[in-house]
Amino acid sequence: MGASSLFEKIWSSHVINELGDGFALLHVDRHILHDLNAMKSLVELRERGYAVRNPELTIATPDHGVSSLPGRDINTNAAGTALLRGYLEETKRAGIRAFDVNEDGQGIVHVIGPELGLTQPGHLIVCGDSHTCTHGGLAALGFGMGRSEVIHVLATQTIYQKKPKQMRINFEGVAGHGVTPKDLILYLIGQIGADGGNGHAVEYAGSAIRAMPVEGRLTICNLSIEFGAKVGMIGPDDVAYQYLAGRQMSPKGADWDRALAYWKSLTTDDGASFDHEVSIDVAKVAPQITWGTSPQQVISVEDAIPDPSSGANAADTTAMREALDYMGLTPGRPIAGTAIDAVFIGSCTNSRLSDLREAAAVARGRKVKEGVQAWVVPGSQQVKQAAEAEGLHGVFRQAGFEWREPGCSMCLAANGDLLARGQRAVSTTNRNFEGRQGPGVRTHLASPAMAAAAAVSGAIVDVRKMMV
Amino acid sequence: MEPFVRLTGVAAPILTGNVNTDVLVRVEAMINVPKGKLGPYCFEVWRYLPDRSDNPDFILNQPAYRNAKILLAGVNFGCGSSREPAVWALWDMGFRCVIAPSFGDIFFNNCFQSGMLPIVLPADVIVSLAEDAKAFGDVAPDFTVDLERQVIIAPSGRQTPFKVDELKRHALLEGLDDIGVTLAIAQRITDFQTADRNARPWVYNV
Repeated sequence: MGASSLFEKIWSSHVINELGDGFALLHVDRHILHDLNAMKSLVELRERGYAVRNPELTIATPDHGVSSLPGRDINTNAAGTALLRGYLEETKRAGIRAFDVNEDGQGIVHVIGPELGLTQPGHLIVCGDSHTCTHGGLAALGFGMGRSEVIHVLATQTIYQKKPKQMRINFEGVAGHGVTPKDLILYLIGQIGADGGNGHAVEYAGSAIRAMPVEGRLTICNLSIEFGAKVGMIGPDDVAYQYLAGRQMSPKGADWDRALAYWKSLTTDDGASFDHEVSIDVAKVAPQITWGTSPQQVISVEDAIPDPSSGANAADTTAMREALDYMGLTPGRPIAGTAIDAVFIGSCTNSRLSDLREAAAVARGRKVKEGVQAWVVPGSQQVKQAAEAEGLHGVFRQAGFEWREPGCSMCLAANGDLLARGQRAVSTTNRNFEGRQGPGVRTHLASPAMAAAAAVSGAIVDVRKMMV
Repeated sequence: MEPFVRLTGVAAPILTGNVNTDVLVRVEAMINVPKGKLGPYCFEVWRYLPDRSDNPDFILNQPAYRNAKILLAGVNFGCGSSREPAVWALWDMGFRCVIAPSFGDIFFNNCFQSGMLPIVLPADVIVSLAEDAKAFGDVAPDFTVDLERQVIIAPSGRQTPFKVDELKRHALLEGLDDIGVTLAIAQRITDFQTADRNARPWVYNV
């Protein structure tokens, strides 16, 4: 056999049945359910006369539909109460380990997987959520799926997939001060477009990736789907092994030794071929901010709002004009200085301890601008506890941020956490789609540091000017 | 699943690129509205004015296209979240086929799961189909999509061939239930897990 990539090695080791034309039936090592799909999927499964094949390989957490209000329970967001009650009842009935709303271990699916050690190199992980690509930050093959596929996995512990093409993205060099993994991946999306990775599994490589801690890698992989790549992954290395050692669900004893030897065999071989290869010089990347309604509509914070006439073609020009209209922005003006109403720090993209530290470093000793609603929503109970242990909640509160309970919250506004029509937010989330944070709400995506800087400035601002 | 063999109906062009699944169905509707009743929530952010009245500029609110069954779309259609209700919302609105230069990968898979036919064709071919789809007054012409022959027949009689992966084509033509097909080879899954348990015991020691 010739040189293989990380992706090919994991894919081929999970094939149960080859079906021709690149299709295969693949084994699922871990299936994560969340509150938005658990009840409906499990009920439909039962009604169709099937049972959960491997409940022990399945885990569940409430995140999408839970309110982040301090003191919350399943009744806080009335629209989600039936969903959450059903989530608890149906997972119990099926024998699936499911976290309760305020239980230790609860959090956003893509935050708890890595932190529990459930996410491991070589695992094939699926979840009814498109940001399942996040788990690739620990060299797992993770991807999202729809409701029908969720039910298929529950019934069979397998999934049909067509083998994607492969792309390698090399982030080379050292990023400047104030430039974070979020900026690198937003910059990439601006370069290759929201469909630049369609039909591909992406491997991120290069010196900047190797030097990056696991949490930053998770952020990078998380946004893979925002340029169309269902899978984004990073080769396993000592950084990943050290992260996993001793975690609750990480292999122990002899299992750890065997697992480690196996994980080391997964790295992409020299000479492995990719259908596409892209290189980014990270030294050239400035803090990024989106201006439109697609993640590809992104610029450096020092740039001017683009003119639609600069569109690549007529369709692009129209899309740009519509986006500017929705966002209420004037072409040609600097994006910095745009006044904002709200800041949201959280989501499966940027709600881990390092993200909160990065935001707190900017917030420390400053005050949220009057009239700005600023929220910090830690990604999990573990993140919340760790942040509180080092006093970050105090830093945020003192600055005038609300310190809230773990969940997806305002990233998708499915839980009562949302903004009002016309309001403008800087968010550390993954989607600036129309209405994503509430009907008519205008979302600018940025890093946690940029979001904190906007909160205290009351406007979009270059965070580097606030750092010493 | 309802089989898809041959379909005749109006084709509506929405050639904007990167139409995401939040546009196809908002998350609130996904939670509170059952499958089968999602039609009024499809394209919610575009089809209504803030006072919830119909936006007359939105093409699917125009009489000629209100009953369209085929959607002519732009690049990366259905990008964004994995929500299968995005497909159901289109279905409930009457669509059975989406033709685009490219699709969000998860949305593309979801279509086949629900009996919706996604067809990939080059952008210029779709632009010319959109020309053929132009309405005269309140009437737009019918197209036929034939999955058996893999051809689109425009109102003029002009034929445009397309290609769907054989495995997916067969499943759509027959309206197959994936789970039933897989459980027919359940022993192979058991055999795989038995061997894998020896090779990677830590995966199963939970």
